[in-house]
Amino acid sequence: MIEIRGVTRRFGNFAALDNALLSVREGEFFSLLGPSGCGKTTLLRMIAGFDTPTSGTILIDGQEMGGTPANQRPTNMVFQSYAIFPHLNVEQNVGYGLKRLKLGKVEERRRVEEALSQVALSGLGKRGASELSGGQRQRVALARALVMRPKVLLLDEPLSALDKKLREQMQVELRHLQQTVGITFVLVTHDQYEALAMSDRIAVMFGGRIAQVDTPKHVYQRPVNRQVADFLGGMNFVRAPVVEESGGQIVVDTPGFGRVSTDRPIAFQTSDGSATLGIRPERLRVLWDDETASHEVAGTVVDRHYFGEITHLLVDIPGFESPLSVTETNNFGADDIPVGAPIRLAYDPDALVAMAD
Amino acid sequence: MTAAAEDARSLSASVRARPPLLQSEQAQGLALISPTFLYALVLLLLPIAVVIAHSFWTQDYLTIDRSFTLANYREALTDPMYRDLLARSVSVSLAVSVAAVVLGYPAAYFISFHGGRHKNLWLFIIMVPFWTSYLLRVMAWKVILGYQGVLNTGLMGLGILDEPSTALLYNTSAVVIALTHAWAAFAILPIYVSLEKIDRSLLEAARDLGDGPLQSFLRVTLPLSLPGVIAALLIVMIPTVGDYITPRLVGGTEGIMIANAIQSQFGRSANWPLGAALSVTTMIVVSLTACIVVLAIKALARVVR
Amino acid sequence: MSRPVRRMAIRWLPAYAALYILFLYGPVLLLPLFSFNDSATPTLPLAGFTWRWYEQLAGNQEMIDAAWNSLGVGLAVAVMSTLLGICGARAVTRYRFTGKRAMSGLIMAPLVLPEIIVAISLLLVLLAFGMSLSLVTVTLGHVLICLPYSMVVLISGFEGFDRSLEEASADLGETAFGTLRRVTLPMVAPAIIASLLVSFTISFDEFIVAFFLSGADPTLPIYIWGQLRFASRLPSVLALGTIMLVVSFVLVTIAEMLRRRAASRTNTDGGLFA
Repeated sequence: MIEIRGVTRRFGNFAALDNALLSVREGEFFSLLGPSGCGKTTLLRMIAGFDTPTSGTILIDGQEMGGTPANQRPTNMVFQSYAIFPHLNVEQNVGYGLKRLKLGKVEERRRVEEALSQVALSGLGKRGASELSGGQRQRVALARALVMRPKVLLLDEPLSALDKKLREQMQVELRHLQQTVGITFVLVTHDQYEALAMSDRIAVMFGGRIAQVDTPKHVYQRPVNRQVADFLGGMNFVRAPVVEESGGQIVVDTPGFGRVSTDRPIAFQTSDGSATLGIRPERLRVLWDDETASHEVAGTVVDRHYFGEITHLLVDIPGFESPLSVTETNNFGADDIPVGAPIRLAYDPDALVAMAD
Repeated sequence: MTAAAEDARSLSASVRARPPLLQSEQAQGLALISPTFLYALVLLLLPIAVVIAHSFWTQDYLTIDRSFTLANYREALTDPMYRDLLARSVSVSLAVSVAAVVLGYPAAYFISFHGGRHKNLWLFIIMVPFWTSYLLRVMAWKVILGYQGVLNTGLMGLGILDEPSTALLYNTSAVVIALTHAWAAFAILPIYVSLEKIDRSLLEAARDLGDGPLQSFLRVTLPLSLPGVIAALLIVMIPTVGDYITPRLVGGTEGIMIANAIQSQFGRSANWPLGAALSVTTMIVVSLTACIVVLAIKALARVVR
Repeated sequence: MSRPVRRMAIRWLPAYAALYILFLYGPVLLLPLFSFNDSATPTLPLAGFTWRWYEQLAGNQEMIDAAWNSLGVGLAVAVMSTLLGICGARAVTRYRFTGKRAMSGLIMAPLVLPEIIVAISLLLVLLAFGMSLSLVTVTLGHVLICLPYSMVVLISGFEGFDRSLEEASADLGETAFGTLRRVTLPMVAPAIIASLLVSFTISFDEFIVAFFLSGADPTLPIYIWGQLRFASRLPSVLALGTIMLVVSFVLVTIAEMLRRRAASRTNTDGGLFA
């Protein structure tokens, strides 16, 4: 549906976006995820037509968008500030773009009503823009864009202005809505949970470059480099020598986990014959009493943090530079493990992934 | 001027030719501001340049001699009459600006700190008289201070005076009073703005660290509102130095100021170059005075802290 | 000692503010007071109520001509100053470009220059351009004086005008002109009207520039100035002044109400009065 071909956007000498290559499929919920200043909003605005690439081309539905202004593109946008027209009421806001299509009063009304019911705002059509709550404004912005039946709906941090509870509720609703209307959604967000919860695929961006494009599960479990791994959540890193290298696989010999065979990461290079392995804290499990596992590692608890439903343990493993971080749910009493106690941890070798630095 | 217009045109042409938006934002901004800017350029900057040029020329009846001379400045600075007028204008404007700030500060403070929900209404009420005719506001003082004016007849009615006093009108203090009244509201705005900017938690911090209300005012509020005080002083001082109406209406012969002399050079005396030199001199002197005042306040603030 | 100081401040400040407002309004309100006083001189005690001075005005053709002159100049100034102000305010609030500070500084400069300097320098240049003094030259001068005020009012209306509103309009298929008509203008209309009213008021009341730049046709303040020489005409001048006060007051109040409405729409505050 959207093809981004070698798009670069420079502001003076600074490249906000550097040679981006991306393809968004039809009907997909696609997220651009990254910290602020990574170029995700710049990319979104170039898709919408509010900004022009310094070089490269953007195709939407097979059409080159080069000279097409924003008002003639088959995209509509939900703005971060929502950009609700303050001098118009809800109905007039939603019907704003329809006016130009000259559909006739009846059809226009019908479509406005339909869009309002899609976002659960039926009956609020006469409300003034200033009388809306944050969540309602967000819904009006959504209805106003959806009513145009765009090929692509662009969402610029649409949930960032909402409080936590409302945000989580809207994540579910947005995902449902996208599945119902079947329109391609492109979401810009800096919130990794939001991206993981809603998307079919995610592009993770840093410093104007796209680091990884994959499904939520893959970017979370198999990050291509430490930066991606860190951005998506906690990760234990272990640096250890590579003892075997064959085709798509490498074998790494670690002090605690022993010999681990894993996929060779993309762009893998090693200067000192070592590789970085990573394992997420929740992929390590505490072994109680005589419980055994096919793969275990032993160490000493050096610190403990209680978080209500979970406990974070820091476990010192002989031979490791830094202690392993372990996340354990509290239903077995992880919150009672004393600091200094010996401990054994179970792990799945598949959860250990090699990645670029 | 035409070069600038051409510049703007070639710039706006480049917008179409070159898509990168940095240049085009620059060009669009320049193109948009250019009518307004050109207006100010042609009718303000150019005229001031012409005035400065005139001040170095001489006039013989109706013809202007364009050879460079400092004679006008020599006259403006050495003729005792002009020196007196200049000194009086500067001291009057200084007195007026100080009076306006001293009178306005508590009012601005009140609105900012105790104005509650109606801050904007208070400000509006204070600003309204400013929007009425300046001429009428000064005229009101003539009605008050005149020989048969409100004050004299009122005081006589109360038995305080036996006959009308002539001491009230047609002197420098009448000018200062009328000018202070006319400009008072204008001094409040910058002070109010700087008071509004003060983070209230700073005052709480000062109290928390042991300052009483008076000390926290002197050590926190006042220093932080100093930029507003300085702005208020300047915004009153510079325009009032060239005031023409007030000295004419309530100043008498004792209270006339430099603007009256400038006006007569462009009117009856018809010596434009001298008038221009007087204008330029006035601007320079008032600017210097303003600089000294600002530096003095800043030095004082450093000592107090 | 701290508590009494605080209590004193709380008690005395409102009283002071009230006195201050009395000081501001008192002298001005004398004009209407004596314009209804049945006496040829403004003296105390008051001599009784009369409409006489207003009736005298009604038959005064010279004054009526001056009023028409002021009205015409005021309208022309309001339109020109607002149009130029829109360009300037929009450029300042919407675009980043080099020289912005210097340019807007020059446009705002008449605010802090002695009016007489502005007046005589304009006089020299307009005469050098070969223009003869008339209401046109007065208009040109007044536009210069009013521009800073128009700019302040308009900038406060345009500022905080969320740029994404215009983008949203374009995004929904509207053309640049359509966006201007359907979003931008309705949003900033109150500020534009406020600017028109404010610049009209300033021009209507302005004396110095008109004094230097007017030819044979006087504006109202020039007419008043001429009348001040004659003590006998003072009461009717007071009546005229009262009418001018009322006009200014009404226009400025409407302007302030509009400006606040504009500001509340664009979620900003501050500006000319606040």
